Amino acid sequence: MATTTVHRSARTRNSASAAGRVRAHSPYTSWFYLPAAVIYGVLFLVPTVIAFYFSLTRWSIFDSKFIGFDNYVTFFQEPGLISSLWHTLVYAVLTSGAKVVLGLGLAILLTSQIVGRGYLRSVVFFPVLVSTIGVGLTFTVLMNPERGLINQSLDLIGITGPGWLTDPSLALISVALVDIWKGVGLATLIYIAGIVSIPQEYFEAARVDGAGAWDNFRHIVLPLARPATVTVIILSLIGGLRSFDLIWAMTRGGPGFTSDVIASVIYKQYQAGFYGLSTAGNVVLFLVVTAIILPLSRFLNRKEVEL
Amino acid sequence: MPRKNYALSAIAILVSVVVFLVPFAFILLTAMKTQQEASLLNFSWPTQFRFVQNFIDVVQARDYMLIIAFINSTILTVASVTLMVVFGAMVAFTLQRKRSRWNGLINMFVLAGLIIPPAVVPTIWVLQKIGLFRTMPGLILVEIAFGLAFVILLFRAFIGTIPRELDEAAVIDGAGPARLFFRVILPLLKPVIVTSVVVQSVMVFNDFTNPLYFLPGDQNATVQLTLFNFSSQYSTQNNLLFMNILLITIPPLIMYLFFNRQIVAGMTAGAVKG
Repeated sequence: MATTTVHRSARTRNSASAAGRVRAHSPYTSWFYLPAAVIYGVLFLVPTVIAFYFSLTRWSIFDSKFIGFDNYVTFFQEPGLISSLWHTLVYAVLTSGAKVVLGLGLAILLTSQIVGRGYLRSVVFFPVLVSTIGVGLTFTVLMNPERGLINQSLDLIGITGPGWLTDPSLALISVALVDIWKGVGLATLIYIAGIVSIPQEYFEAARVDGAGAWDNFRHIVLPLARPATVTVIILSLIGGLRSFDLIWAMTRGGPGFTSDVIASVIYKQYQAGFYGLSTAGNVVLFLVVTAIILPLSRFLNRKEVEL
Repeated sequence: MPRKNYALSAIAILVSVVVFLVPFAFILLTAMKTQQEASLLNFSWPTQFRFVQNFIDVVQARDYMLIIAFINSTILTVASVTLMVVFGAMVAFTLQRKRSRWNGLINMFVLAGLIIPPAVVPTIWVLQKIGLFRTMPGLILVEIAFGLAFVILLFRAFIGTIPRELDEAAVIDGAGPARLFFRVILPLLKPVIVTSVVVQSVMVFNDFTNPLYFLPGDQNATVQLTLFNFSSQYSTQNNLLFMNILLITIPPLIMYLFFNRQIVAGMTAGAVKG
């Protein structure tokens, strides 16, 4: 059909040269890449590449001087800096693990036969759209050790709540909890999209075979929602490793350096005028992110679904 | 048809109220309180309603900084999202249609844009070299550069569903590349345009890090930064802080009420392998 109309309209125009030109020139032009390529190249690729050079310099507002690997030596020797690397990893693994588990659980709940499904979906998802800084400052107040709502409520049932953000061993985890609160809605939505795309026939067949709820979950939902799991893990790991806003709003890396992550170290060193050290932190973050995400996504995407 | 599980529903709704609604109620209640009452941090009904007064105080604080910030954020969001979507759609269209040995490399760059954390200080250095550091156009370009990859992915998947025969027909009718794209293809992309505009608007509006680095200074504040200025300046004025949080939550809330489905579609893209 399409080809005949194409031929006829070409012939009615009666211009062999025009038809020839059409064949010679593709209607798709590389010029379309240009605006995006310029902006992306100048403001993303160039900085990413020159970061490797500047991380090897002592760099201030005025000039930069090549000093080899000194910035990296500083980064890996200073306890306050190297600890940020571990905090980043703990934070990312904690948040993305919790988002996978809670997101899957909530998604199964919100695709089952319960009342108020629409309300529950909206209320779980809405925090995703709220300003991270707003959420951070709100929870800073709620987590106030003496007067905060959380510890007041715990008092009512006879538990003395901890100093969520003031206890050095707890601050990072408290911020991670708020991150999970804010981000679990996205994981849930991704899982819901994955679960509703599973053909109902599988569940019907399973019912005929006498499968229970656990069998359904273990042998149908879990394997077939795998693309959703991959998406949630990758997205929340990327987000978690780069996380800055929430930590800055809630603790500014404190108490001490106990909740500093690489992204907050980058900002602190930048503010202090140590541009080279800040950039070295950036390169470390780059290497950490790519060293984790690339092999992981290759591994997760390689295994196809096995029922 | 399985029966509804009422016990589970009741538990779920109760938990959702405690976990998700109470923090928002707390924001709302504190925003209505007097300064003394708000400083108690209680989750309680205000004894005196100061909603209007708090609103006026927040707007007037620091020479109407919030108004300036809203204007700045609006300019930033509208300009960067518009250009991001147009440029991203152009790339996605060409990438999807044109076969070339560069496609692999371009795809790699798109993925890199999603994964790699931007190098902050070198970006500032580049912006300084081209004279755009501490300027709104500079920040707009930065937002475009960081947001492009996501937009391209969304568009590419959608453009794949538009038949190539349409392109051929348009070309035979004499359309050049620009006409083909802007007059024929772009109107067909409306669903994905709405999705990416809404999702990216919320992202850019809520962005804190990039304005912090690339557009410092009180005169240039965007809404997320006013929040921070308030919290340091009004360390005890929680009522105003929460009024501010409330006010800057309204634009995303409106977006969510009107474009619920598009937001969900955009954010869950990739969850189902197609």
